[in-house]
Amino acid sequence: MKIKFSLNGKMVQEEIAPDLLLLDLLRQKGCYSVKRGCETANCGLCTVLMNKKPVLSCSVLAARADGQQIVTLEGMQEEAKEFGGFLADEGGEQCGFCNPGFIMNVFAMMEELQDPTEEEILEYLSGNLCRCSGFMSQTRSILKYLEYKKEQNKEA
Amino acid sequence: MKYVNKAVRKKDAMSLVTGQPVYTDDLAPKDCLVVKLLRSPHAHALIEEIKTDTAMKVPGMVCILTYKDVPQDRFTMAGQTYPEFSPYDRLILDRRVRFVGDAVAIVAGETEAAVDKALKMIKVKYQVLEAVLDFHEAKDNPVLIHPEDNWESRFPVGADNKRNLCASAEEGMGDLEAAFAKCKYIVDKTYHTKANQQAMMETFRSYTYLDHYGRLNIVSSTQVPFHARRILGRALGIGASKVRVIKPRIGGGFGAKQTLVTEIYPAIVTIKTGRTAKLVYSRYESQICSSPRHEMEVKVRVGADESGTILAVDMFTLSNTGAFGEHGPTTVALSGHKSIALYRNTEAYRFAYDVVYTNKMAAGAYRGYGATQGIFAMESAVNELAEMLHMDPVVLREKNMIHEGDKYIAYDGSPTVTSCTLDQCMEKAKEMIGWDEKYPRREMPNGKVRGVGVAMAMQGSSIAHVDVGGATLKLNEDASYTLSLGATDMGTGCDTVLSQMAADILGTDYDNIVVFGVDTDISPYDSGSYASSTTYITGKAVAKAGEKLREKIVQMGAQMLEAERDDVTFDGKVVCRKDGQGSVTLQEIGIKGTCGNNDALQVTESCSAEISPPPFMVGMAEVEVDRETGSVEVIDYVAVVDCGTPVNPNLARVQTEGGIAQGIGMALHEDIQYTAKGQMQNNSFMQYKIPTRLDVGKIRVEFQPSYEKSHPFGAKSIGEIVIDTPCPAIAAAVYNATGVRVEEMPIKPEKIAMGILNKY
Repeated sequence: MKIKFSLNGKMVQEEIAPDLLLLDLLRQKGCYSVKRGCETANCGLCTVLMNKKPVLSCSVLAARADGQQIVTLEGMQEEAKEFGGFLADEGGEQCGFCNPGFIMNVFAMMEELQDPTEEEILEYLSGNLCRCSGFMSQTRSILKYLEYKKEQNKEA
Repeated sequence: MKYVNKAVRKKDAMSLVTGQPVYTDDLAPKDCLVVKLLRSPHAHALIEEIKTDTAMKVPGMVCILTYKDVPQDRFTMAGQTYPEFSPYDRLILDRRVRFVGDAVAIVAGETEAAVDKALKMIKVKYQVLEAVLDFHEAKDNPVLIHPEDNWESRFPVGADNKRNLCASAEEGMGDLEAAFAKCKYIVDKTYHTKANQQAMMETFRSYTYLDHYGRLNIVSSTQVPFHARRILGRALGIGASKVRVIKPRIGGGFGAKQTLVTEIYPAIVTIKTGRTAKLVYSRYESQICSSPRHEMEVKVRVGADESGTILAVDMFTLSNTGAFGEHGPTTVALSGHKSIALYRNTEAYRFAYDVVYTNKMAAGAYRGYGATQGIFAMESAVNELAEMLHMDPVVLREKNMIHEGDKYIAYDGSPTVTSCTLDQCMEKAKEMIGWDEKYPRREMPNGKVRGVGVAMAMQGSSIAHVDVGGATLKLNEDASYTLSLGATDMGTGCDTVLSQMAADILGTDYDNIVVFGVDTDISPYDSGSYASSTTYITGKAVAKAGEKLREKIVQMGAQMLEAERDDVTFDGKVVCRKDGQGSVTLQEIGIKGTCGNNDALQVTESCSAEISPPPFMVGMAEVEVDRETGSVEVIDYVAVVDCGTPVNPNLARVQTEGGIAQGIGMALHEDIQYTAKGQMQNNSFMQYKIPTRLDVGKIRVEFQPSYEKSHPFGAKSIGEIVIDTPCPAIAAAVYNATGVRVEEMPIKPEKIAMGILNKY
């Protein structure tokens, strides 16, 4: 079947099998930031944005992307560098394999929550597993990044 | 020290946080053959007949290999220095299948769909055999897991395949019963830990191809590229010289990738077909047929006299290596060596063990490597002993813990304690958690109860006399340096930490070090990243290479200045004549190295160590228990670590936080359950619950560094020790809160709730 959707701001057309998963389509299209960590929608590694909302691309059929806007970390490189710098300054990126899905969900959270508390942050991101970091450094980096963005907005 | 002990960013940080394609599966060519494995549904069986002809008719199928198609020399998949302690008990495919999930056939095709279809069309007739599933019944069971005549143990580890024994030994010191006779208080308990999965986020994967010389190239998510080269050369019967192993970025390892879980399968497909081939394990496969922790049952008898001096320890460990013996003989030793050695007053001890084969998934290396299991047992017993003595467990430890300068008891890595601040770690941890106010329990206004618990730990820093660290340093024509490594950064940041050391030795900027690892054709030999070795042993190799390169630079500078070596100085940037009559820049020397030069500005050094100086730590947990439901929440976890100089305090901290979170998973959530037929049930992240960020509470880490003089920067290891305290500390905290002792991990709510019910 034929689908047409926006991938990181560019329209793409694709002939796909009906059972193709969005995750596999995105990797076929060169979006290698999208990772598979499990088959049971438990790990959050494959998180991408569909119309600005976070979805687990392992559990979304590629056909569902038809007519929608899909954004992966490839489409948010500047933002990734900015937040990623905070993560790196805590040593929290570690093996990096969970980073793209986690970072996409951080961006989704910032879209959805105004000035979240630490508890709300942990709650929002609880579906993003990480086996290396023990999460503390991730939380520190998010809190510092939010503070930085707040300051930036004030100045603006 | 400009960079050592500084929290610099990881060299690869920005490529990781921006999601660059740097992992095995991102790099694999698109036209790779897809490789999958047909797996045994039986725990123990012989293949009577296997029919692949119909399956081969599926369009797109390229090859199906069975036990008839593989070399008959046995080997081990354990990534260890040759000759391995692990027995040679594997074939690539065997007629005998030994656990549910064991490989039966290797199936390769053009597409995943074709392979999936073919997998269903292979017909196998099994002769189902009785299985040995209970590891208590394995030794001397009439059912043998490895009856084959070409099974081989190359080291005297007490292995005997005709008794289902992978290893067996006993050691000790002093007159045990005489020492126990002096003990007024004796704890005698048995502790059980399960075969936990490392569950790194990137599952096992490798791809293979033939290069322009016809050599087998393997790109793999591995911690042991050089061992992989040697093992695959043997297993495939082509020799190590025909194999090249490349390690890209790795999505975590924790020891799992110290075993060659996937490499051999695409490798043999490439050898047979000449085609590029790829095998990516699903999470399901990573759960059921990989290389988890050795399940252990540790029986401890520990005694103290009236004053609380621990005088005698008797420990027996029964370890379950599963169907194959990878890391079996070695992990078990740590269960005693790294737990008994925490105490200084012991007059006599005995440590004995059996490592047995069973029809379960083979075990392997997992962070802590047996020490985690032994320390859970020892520290739990000491906590119980404290209660018997009516003594604060902190005070009991203060009386008995090891100190710098002591002679080790039961530790085989070093004769004496060369660096140790364990006493200060205890003091600081106590203060951080508010031990005196919180011990043993506090009733909370919400009806719940909080308890605190304590545990100590030690590990090693590389395997003395065995592990080899390697480093190549060269000066380039633009005055940059290249640092080539054979050690494997698996996210831990060793490329960075070793670059920091190189920069300080050479007196150059951290950004001026270009780091590279690992390609067995290019990198210097290194045993790989395991056994808490990289910072210590590869760090020593880096320093050694750096000193020598520095000397070469000085000599070449002196030559260029027509001066004697001792008449010049080098500050890392410029070689100057001491008489002020001229200087050459590092760049000029680098260029000289490329023009009319007879002496390479390049140094390769190997380094092995006489001792394995342990890091030490204290962990303290505060938990909140709901007595109605038995549910436990970790509120606060305090860790104070002596890893010597933390070379990169950020990365050392995150290692500690990560290890503790993993330990919390082991203590509270991660269960391994088998059906009566030997099927592992916790085969996904639905059933195997690793901690989320809501499950770990607050983890607070401080360092209390000693200075380890045998390392150029005073550093010891950090990677493994950090997983050792949560099981005993949390078990003690739960006991202090509820009065229920849980001696089998994980501490699930039902065990607590039932324990409370049975108690009152």
